[in-house]
Amino acid sequence: MSTVLEVVGLTKRFGSLTAVDDSTFTIEEGEVVGVIGPNGSGKSTTINLISGELAPHAGRVILDGADITGASPDAVAIAGARRTFQNGRVFGNATVQDNLLVGQASLVRAVHPLSGLRRFPVLRWVSLVAEVGLALLPSRARREEAAQMDERVTAQLERFGDRLVPRRLHNAATLSYANRRRTEIARALSSSPRLLLLDEPTAGMNTSETAEVMEQLLVLKSQRQTMLLVEHKLDLVMTVSDRVVVMDSGRIIAEGTPAEVQRDPRVIEAYLGTRRATRLREGVDIEQLTEGDPLGVDYAI
Amino acid sequence: MDTVLAGLINGNAYALVALGLSLVIGVTGIINFAQGSLFAVGAMVGWFVTTSLGLPLWLAAVAAMVVTALLGWVINRVAVKPFAGKAPIASVLATIAIMIILDATAELIFGPEIRPMASGLPTASFQLLGLRINAIDMVILCTSVVLMAGLASFLRWTRFGRAIRATSQDREAAAQMGVPINRVQSGAFMIASALGGLAGVLVAAYFTTISPTQGFTVGLAGLAAATLGGLGSLLGAVIGGLLLGVVEALGVATFGDSARQVITFGVLLGCLWLRPHGLLGSRSVKREPLTGTFFSAARKITIPPWAVAALVVAGALPIIPGLFSGYVVGVGVQIITFALAALSMTILGGQAGQLSLGQAGAVALGAYALAIMTKSAGVPFLVALLLAGIFGAVVMTVLATPSWRLSGHYPAIATLATGALIAAVAQVWDPVTGGGAGISLIPLPSVFGVQLDSNTMLYALGFVLLLTVCWLVRRWSNSHLGLYWRAIREDETAARSAGVPTPQYKSLAFGLSGFIAGIAGGFWAGQYGYINATIFNPLMSFQIVIIAVLGGMLSPFGAILGSIVMVGGLELFRFSSSGRLLVYGVVLLLLIHFRPQGLWTDTGTWSRLKQRFTRRSTAEAVSTHEHEGALA
Ligand SMILES: Nc1ncnc2c1ncn2[C@@H]1O[C@H](COP(=O)(O)OP(=O)(O)O)[C@@H](O)[C@H]1O
Ligand SMILES: [Mg+2]
Repeated sequence: MSTVLEVVGLTKRFGSLTAVDDSTFTIEEGEVVGVIGPNGSGKSTTINLISGELAPHAGRVILDGADITGASPDAVAIAGARRTFQNGRVFGNATVQDNLLVGQASLVRAVHPLSGLRRFPVLRWVSLVAEVGLALLPSRARREEAAQMDERVTAQLERFGDRLVPRRLHNAATLSYANRRRTEIARALSSSPRLLLLDEPTAGMNTSETAEVMEQLLVLKSQRQTMLLVEHKLDLVMTVSDRVVVMDSGRIIAEGTPAEVQRDPRVIEAYLGTRRATRLREGVDIEQLTEGDPLGVDYAI
Repeated sequence: MDTVLAGLINGNAYALVALGLSLVIGVTGIINFAQGSLFAVGAMVGWFVTTSLGLPLWLAAVAAMVVTALLGWVINRVAVKPFAGKAPIASVLATIAIMIILDATAELIFGPEIRPMASGLPTASFQLLGLRINAIDMVILCTSVVLMAGLASFLRWTRFGRAIRATSQDREAAAQMGVPINRVQSGAFMIASALGGLAGVLVAAYFTTISPTQGFTVGLAGLAAATLGGLGSLLGAVIGGLLLGVVEALGVATFGDSARQVITFGVLLGCLWLRPHGLLGSRSVKREPLTGTFFSAARKITIPPWAVAALVVAGALPIIPGLFSGYVVGVGVQIITFALAALSMTILGGQAGQLSLGQAGAVALGAYALAIMTKSAGVPFLVALLLAGIFGAVVMTVLATPSWRLSGHYPAIATLATGALIAAVAQVWDPVTGGGAGISLIPLPSVFGVQLDSNTMLYALGFVLLLTVCWLVRRWSNSHLGLYWRAIREDETAARSAGVPTPQYKSLAFGLSGFIAGIAGGFWAGQYGYINATIFNPLMSFQIVIIAVLGGMLSPFGAILGSIVMVGGLELFRFSSSGRLLVYGVVLLLLIHFRPQGLWTDTGTWSRLKQRFTRRSTAEAVSTHEHEGALA
């Protein structure tokens, strides 16, 4: 088993606020690591740091042995880590199919002539100009590649069955909220990424929609997709994850299997507050403690 | 020292305009392009009160402030408030519309000539520390200092001032705390506008002349000053204005008056490249999609091949000699020229979702390149045209590259500055561009040995060019390039995270639009035979944007339709030049209000129509079928 993601001492400050503080964890191949923590504890910032959206003040991000610290988001995506956004970001005025085709941008070869030059600042223009010229001409290689991409679109849409397959040519903006989020996940998966970063994939979904997403995540897990799953709904995280990382105010306060984490008093304290954590330690039943608590609804033990 | 003093006086005016801009940006997040026009309105009210009515200057100042404050209220009502919560680009374009409307109206009323103004102040001067100081210098400097101090204390110590500051800091939080956001906004607009009007009176009194077109120049200088100081920072606006005034005065003293514009836009662009948040602005510029949803809230209209063929045949009719008068064919050539220029926006705006307020710069590059190549080097026309396009593409790409890290309003300002800077350089670079005199006697295009010396032949050339460019735009839009561009247009962050190297593809969009605009410029120079720098001023950039927005940027035909309506239509009614501008402004304002997607896009009506026609047969079949079922 090889390590897919290694995060070492990752730190990000916004002014005086340290949003992510010396965060260290790893994800092995085929593993699902859940990240939980109260609002504002730095979960999304962690994903933003890994995916290159933000540059860290300190620390390293290593993907498949390659250092991607501070790389641009497109470079990280090409390196094999794909993400979804907490608020859901699809290309609204593009069809579902187009959304998934854009997701495969890093896989296309036929449209990029002389792609070896892309890495060099000025020479890259030779390749780009050639690309613009070639785009005007019909090409067999590109047609074949387009057909392959089409197949990948079909495969990903089928993952979501009736939800997306009939809507393949609909504009994403016309879809329901849940379907837009499914489209986003499908887009991230359409390039068969090494690592999938999911930022609250079920935010804003109702119970049955959440259950459906959980099924799909379990299927992905059985297909040995490596995932980092940021979620608010604890029962979902605990069911899907192999390991759980708990964050509070930017720090990792606990890490372990779902069962270990659930018993950790620091976790309970972060989620339920000191007073109830003390009473829990004194032997009061957790069901009783969490009654009527919005967090408690999801706090399945 | 006299130079510095003169610079401070001018800088003072810039500072007042920049203050108004920054105040509005703070409260609404919108760049009010009409701020310079308010300056011109102030000057004209001042002229009317002092020179026509013979009343004292202070009364003129009060009158100018009242009039411009009222206009400010109207601008907020018409161009800003209706677009709250929409993409900020809508309001920015709306204030550009107001600017064009105000400037054109002023020119219609006052005429384009420069008028003398009697300020009624004593012309006496005195010596101080070796400086010769006029009474008017004292009036201007004192008024400004008193005014700025007054504004500062107003913002600090009054209830309303504090409300303005709270709104600038955090609009949502202020609203939750019970600050009446709407009243604050119109108040800020009125104060900002009155500042602009006052600056107009003061500067008019100083130079003792007014001209209705000065507002445009001063407005851009004010924008440069505000950016230099840091958009949204009031102290920055004052410092930026004074600094720009002094730098300009020193430059003008060294290089002559024509250098003024080069300095203004050079400073602006340099500031955007090196220090986009300005001297005092806060570093964290909020990310906001500038175009996105505004331009693309519709579907492309696709028409069947036979309809395309019919359009091509109809467009080719003027090529038949004698079918139309030479005048009509000449108008056709104009339509083609502007359609070509607007096609550059089809890629940039329609596909990649980037707004360019500087396309005239690329057109100028192409025009000058072709003129120089064919006239001085004898390069064959078609080769020169291709090279003109490539020249436009390379320069626009290079100039756009440092702006990639900009976000919010800054990219649009950067394109505006780029375009204006190119025209300003053409104006002063005598040995190459002919300076103000321009380049005349550009050889008529000749293709494969045939000299195109009639309107009909020029039309034929233009028509072939137009078809070629339409084909290029279509091919590119339908290829993977279009797919990535549209992803960038919809959500650049998401596109980048999906693995699209967005800076490269944005550069490509700018480059290809520069290529097309360069070809438009080359065609312009070839068919017209004469160019000079004033043709390619920022107003032309706005015209190109308006034509593209009117027609719709989702398909190439939109650019042609926009050009037919704006260029052909206006020619038909034979408006004066300011009358035409007025129409451009009004059309832009109406478009943004009622049809931001442009005419040639599908907002539902088209697809319903199409469905009705295609469903008619099936619907009939179904109904007869049901009928039979009922019978049986
Ligand atoms: N771009 C940003 N600028 C300033 N502060 C930010 C930014 N992004 C996040 N923060 C702050 O960092 C903290 C962590 O945020 P986030 O990672 O989004 O939390 P979570 O996803 O766990 O709810 C919050 O206090 C948030 O306000
Ligand atoms: Mg979050």
